[in-house]
Amino acid sequence: MKVLVPVKRVIDYNVKVRVKADGTGVDLANVKMSMNPFDEIAVEEAIRLKEAGKAEEIVVVSIGVKQAQETLRTALAMGADRAILVTAADDVHTDIEPLAVAKILAKVVEEEQPGLVLCGKQAIDNDMNATGQMLAALLGWSQATFASKVEIDGGAAVVTREVDGGLQTIKSALPAVISVDLRLNEPRYASLPNIMKAKKKPLDEKTAADYGVDVSPRLAIVKTSEPAVRQAGIKVGSVDELVSKLKEVGAI
Amino acid sequence: MAVLLLAEVVNGQLALDAVSKSVSAVASLGDVHVLVAGQGGDAAAAEAATLAGVSKVLFAGDHGFCHTLAEPVAALIVSLSGGYSHIAAAATSDAKNVLPRVAALLDVMILSDVTAVIDADTFERPIYAGNAIQTVKSSDSIKVFTIRTTSFEAAAGGNSAPVEALGTAAETGKSEWIEDKVAASDRPELTSAGIVVSGGRGVGSEESFALIEGLADKLGAAVGASRAAVDSGYAPNDWQVGQTGKVVAPQLYVAVGISGAIQHLAGMKDSKIIVAINKDEEAPIFQVADFGLVADLFDAVPELTSKL
Ligand SMILES: Cc1cc2nc3c(=O)[nH]c(=O)nc-3n(C[C@H](O)[C@H](O)[C@H](O)COP(=O)(O)OP(=O)(O)OC[C@H]3O[C@@H](n4cnc5c(N)ncnc54)[C@H](O)[C@@H]3O)c2cc1C
Ligand SMILES: Nc1ncnc2c1ncn2[C@@H]1O[C@H](COP(=O)(O)O)[C@@H](O)[C@H]1O
Repeated sequence: MKVLVPVKRVIDYNVKVRVKADGTGVDLANVKMSMNPFDEIAVEEAIRLKEAGKAEEIVVVSIGVKQAQETLRTALAMGADRAILVTAADDVHTDIEPLAVAKILAKVVEEEQPGLVLCGKQAIDNDMNATGQMLAALLGWSQATFASKVEIDGGAAVVTREVDGGLQTIKSALPAVISVDLRLNEPRYASLPNIMKAKKKPLDEKTAADYGVDVSPRLAIVKTSEPAVRQAGIKVGSVDELVSKLKEVGAI
Repeated sequence: MAVLLLAEVVNGQLALDAVSKSVSAVASLGDVHVLVAGQGGDAAAAEAATLAGVSKVLFAGDHGFCHTLAEPVAALIVSLSGGYSHIAAAATSDAKNVLPRVAALLDVMILSDVTAVIDADTFERPIYAGNAIQTVKSSDSIKVFTIRTTSFEAAAGGNSAPVEALGTAAETGKSEWIEDKVAASDRPELTSAGIVVSGGRGVGSEESFALIEGLADKLGAAVGASRAAVDSGYAPNDWQVGQTGKVVAPQLYVAVGISGAIQHLAGMKDSKIIVAINKDEEAPIFQVADFGLVADLFDAVPELTSKL
């Protein structure tokens, strides 16, 4: 079975986000970018499936600006076999919407015929949590979102999902799209020799136009603003003082 | 035009807080039709009909809709979509599973975690873990979105809207439910609780988490946790508060042994009063806390619990 893993280049999760003064978005020029943390988990899971003999090949794909190539190289250094870069924007501030991403991914799936797509639950920039579900819809495939455990069992995946009430286990017929949650695994670091080797692994370059997908946004950004800032309050010196302050403000 | 609102139903019960707040979130957009899906949801459908602003309840009581599996429920919503300008639901894990699938089947975008409805096409939502708020205008024919219910007041009761029964689910052969592992608890539900006490990595072990639970029980509070506490196995996954966990906005949020990473703040910084107990006076959580206590939690929490 071939496994396809979409990986997104996003602002590093440690970077303090700054809203641009003109309200057009968030400043992404010269900030540290990394692979979306959930996608590292998806790549790791694909590698583990390969190590367990349940997958033969891992193809990673990223859609966005050409710099997403670095994200793909990271995935290749972790252990993916091949990469596809789909350039769909020139400006690093252009975020391709999940619907357009899903449409491009659907075309890649048509070409590559994977038995499984493993994606992240959520991109930490747009916080949309949608692409995997949209891809499953476009393909008419089953979906298993927010996975904290994945077992491939013949023609199906048995997936434990992190849901509001706790955990839910479902069995989804393959091919399927699985979106991964934080507890699925701990992604490995790429070793230096593997980083070197990754430079020689195949990386195909395509454009959104090659797939005939229109990536123009459905949501026009009217403005981007800073959230209301919360003022720090006071430090209390003791538990007694805390209790009396809480009583004072009627919190208890 | 009208709004189709997918109701959150938990074990046949209407999630009243989530649904009533969603109803008020969409009230300005037109008639609200609430969809209750799943066998055994009769009482939930009847309860939804009592919410002010609901003009009709659609009840799809077929077994095939149980457990809100994405494939049949999305197909059902798409089959109903003809008469609606908006399709929405509270931003629960069920809705986040189903609605993006609906949107793609309709060839429209999804909007997740809407915090304000400006007009029929324009919405606000947080991005970058709530570090920016984006206002977007949709050009899609049908708007599909999930609602961050902490931003809205609950709709009142007293209504008696008609309940209309819908047909059966088509067999999709895609996914089948196997089991739910849900811990029963007498505590209030996390996302709607008036008080939340959360523990972080500082709590140190699953056993010590009893301290957090003891304080919560004294306050009649729900229990939350940071990602680090959940990852370390101190607390179950459904207690995680934050960017990728639950979003809460109680009257009182008590963060114990939590440093205050932006991903955690994303889930609780709209709480009315925030208390932080942390032994590191430099911890970022103090920057958002109304009352900060620099102390060892193993001293402070038992003392606090005994003095309440
Ligand atoms: C993609 C992604 C998503 C994430 N989503 C979330 C999310 O939804 N929710 C979330 O919470 N995090 C999330 N995180 C993780 C987040 O970045 C932090 O790592 C996490 O919140 C830290 O948890 P913590 O504060 O419990 O642990 P730490 O940062 O380790 O802090 C522990 C604190 O306890 C204090 N302490 C230790 N011992 C004591 C003691 N005896 N008495 C008093 N204080 C003590 C320490 O001073 C310290 O401040 C996410 C991260 C990523 C990358
Ligand atoms: N531009 C992209 N390129 C590659 N993968 C993406 C892209 N956007 C989203 N994804 C995948 O879809 C997941 C969910 O993203 P989102 O729906 O934007 O929250 C991510 O974790 C990725 O696995």
